[in-house]
Amino acid sequence: MQLARVIGTVVATVKNDSLEGRKLLVVQTLDRNLEATGKPMVAVDAVGAGIGELVFWCRGKEASFPFKREDTPTDCTIIGIVDSEQHVTR
Amino acid sequence: MIIARILGTVVSTQKDERLSGKKLLIVRPINVDGSDTTGYVVAVDTVGAGFHERVLVVAGSSARLAQGMKDVPVDAAIVGVIDTVDVN
Repeated sequence: MQLARVIGTVVATVKNDSLEGRKLLVVQTLDRNLEATGKPMVAVDAVGAGIGELVFWCRGKEASFPFKREDTPTDCTIIGIVDSEQHVTR
Repeated sequence: MIIARILGTVVSTQKDERLSGKKLLIVRPINVDGSDTTGYVVAVDTVGAGFHERVLVVAGSSARLAQGMKDVPVDAAIVGVIDTVDVN
């Protein structure tokens, strides 16, 4: 799991049926000092995150676990919202 | 998931039987601003995407979780055609 900032949204009307109704967000991964690192990714939202929020996300097959398991094709899912930056102890 | 642009097609007659009937496309990962990166991936199309379209590509074992991909030997699948990307 890694920390990230939600920086945008993605709209895709035509998509695999198993992604129907899912919110797609662009996330920028952050390092331990909350500085941007690496390239932004598209993540499926499992917690109701919004733009500008500090979140953490999970990659790999486990990313599908918050949804109908074994039935949601995602390799990057937002699984939590960090309460505030002060809650990230460095 | 990554954003990619479709560069071309792959035709393969001799392949795993579970891949028969599946469309194979060559895609290049792109940045959120639409600029190209390097490299490419061969991905199975699950949505009917076309040449030069921006698409969502899911990689790894999650690619098998797309509808119609159960037990298919793939590690990259196109699961959406992108209308807009809005980054602040």
